[in-house]
Amino acid sequence: MTNMNLYSRGDRMFVILNMILIGLFTISTLYPFIYIASLSMSTGFEARAGNVVLTPVGFTLEAYKQVLAEPLFWKSYMNTFIYTIFGTLASLAFIIPGAYALSKPQLYGRRFWNLVVAFTMWFNAGLIPFFLNMRDLGLLDSYFGIIIGFAVNGFNIILLRNFFEGIPQSFEEAARMDGANEFQVLWKVYIPLSKPAIATVALFCIVSRWNGFFWAMVLLQDEDKIPLQVYLRQVIVELSDDEEFSTSLLTAAYSVETVTAAIIVCSIIPILLIYPFLQKYFSKGILLGGVKE
Amino acid sequence: MSSDPDFISSAGPKTEELVFDAKEAQRRRRASRMQRVGDHLKREWQLYAMLIPTILWLVIFLYKPMYGLQIAFKDYSIFRGVAASPWIGFEHFETLFNNDQFLRALRNTLIMSAYGLLFGFPVPIFLALMFNEILNQKFKKTAQTIVYLPHFISSVIIAGIVITAFSPSAGIVNTILGWFGVDAVYFLTKPEWFRPIFIGTGIWQEAGFQSIVYLAAIAGVSPTLYESAVVDGASRWQMMWKITIPSILPTIIIMLIIRIGNILEISFEMIILLYQPATYQTADVVNTFIYRQGLQGGQYDFAAAAGLFNAVVAFILVMTANTISKRYSRTSLW
Repeated sequence: MTNMNLYSRGDRMFVILNMILIGLFTISTLYPFIYIASLSMSTGFEARAGNVVLTPVGFTLEAYKQVLAEPLFWKSYMNTFIYTIFGTLASLAFIIPGAYALSKPQLYGRRFWNLVVAFTMWFNAGLIPFFLNMRDLGLLDSYFGIIIGFAVNGFNIILLRNFFEGIPQSFEEAARMDGANEFQVLWKVYIPLSKPAIATVALFCIVSRWNGFFWAMVLLQDEDKIPLQVYLRQVIVELSDDEEFSTSLLTAAYSVETVTAAIIVCSIIPILLIYPFLQKYFSKGILLGGVKE
Repeated sequence: MSSDPDFISSAGPKTEELVFDAKEAQRRRRASRMQRVGDHLKREWQLYAMLIPTILWLVIFLYKPMYGLQIAFKDYSIFRGVAASPWIGFEHFETLFNNDQFLRALRNTLIMSAYGLLFGFPVPIFLALMFNEILNQKFKKTAQTIVYLPHFISSVIIAGIVITAFSPSAGIVNTILGWFGVDAVYFLTKPEWFRPIFIGTGIWQEAGFQSIVYLAAIAGVSPTLYESAVVDGASRWQMMWKITIPSILPTIIIMLIIRIGNILEISFEMIILLYQPATYQTADVVNTFIYRQGLQGGQYDFAAAAGLFNAVVAFILVMTANTISKRYSRTSLW
């Protein structure tokens, strides 16, 4: 469609109208982020008066000073990094070998094992039994519980298994001739050939870890262990519930709104940094995963 | 497979030999099968060593809770544990279906999913069709980069943005309404505003990203169709209606079936962040109800019953959708 000439006046109208609509949708997607960024750099007074529309009003970084001076912010930021890095490594450590074994035709009961994996995508016991199980395992309030308890998911296994299945046998034959065992074949042949698929799965894990809040909120009572998203939620709950507290700050250089906005900005930045990779691999990921069971 | 010695012994003469033969043959078959399995394991044990951690994980973290679901039929006490708590049959389910809050939550789930489907389903299709008509590649790339972004942002942040933007004093929405002389509205305490805000937020966050599936379908349409249409003097509008849309119709139908199959899957994390007692009447869904009753209220058995009901209905819907889409496309999606 790209090289096509614009033929008629109707076509030109259509193309222009189309660009305007896409432009509007794009702006409306972007605007809330600009609004939050501007809010975070405005004074609390202007923010509360509702004077911030597009650009910062009464430019100040006071909200950021407040956020960065809060030890719990740093602690929770650290925790999020810990959960994201170790959680993703744990996921890969389970998923890559599991998916590899499931991709091998000589595996006994292969259909059954695949069903064991796929069934967890269609049916899950729900919030309560999962929570009670975590409690019975002694994994409440524990770093280990958050890292290991969410390591595996059926979708990622199947995505990677499909990719492994697509790698021609001939690639591993040379390695087998040299007497390589399964671990070596996986490590030296399959993993190097599957970098895009593994990157996709790793990015799925990173994003869900970075953004995950519900189970962290439920399973972690100890404030020293909560991730950034749970900390952010506490601040937001203060914002929406505690109108009086907010108004008492009316004259201050910062307000609950500007502080919230500043935390939001701080927590989006790492996602923005890896966004070029995300965009590259995620679209492939959905299409890869959507092939078959 | 396994021969029945009694049957053979009643078959006629030379029974003892036959019995012996049959038993011996069976023993040998078993032995050789054991041998084969043994050889196989000796040769391929590494594959099983790779598989076992994943399967164990699934058993411990996902299948064991399924065993724990039996508390839905029990008078569960923390001290007795799952197995030792006494059975009480369907009592929790009876309570559940006489519980106005649960019925309200069920109704809200269906209503919000239906609205989400009605308003949210077409948007990614329109977006994909429009992206496809953009000739300037740079503009297209930039726009796509931006509209995919909200998908990667956590629900806490999105909720934070929504709460800030709709706040009565500082929020941009009320600021703009103020320009037109409208008094400030505290949107998030108004039950009638919850659903539009929730569904609108969902579309804002996901529509761009969901368009990827349709863009991929459009990319698969044969260029020769367009070329011959151009020769015939078709306008772009006509090509979109006569070529692009019919070509991606199978994808649209499959996505629709899947969406309907997932009608009970509503993003309750977002609801937990956005709702408050004042808006429960329109905002409370099954999973938020379970969260409050079970995780906050400690009524584990009762909440597990609600969860089981939800999971079973969801399972049936998903499997039905999967079967239909499989039949429709001959390639199942999941």
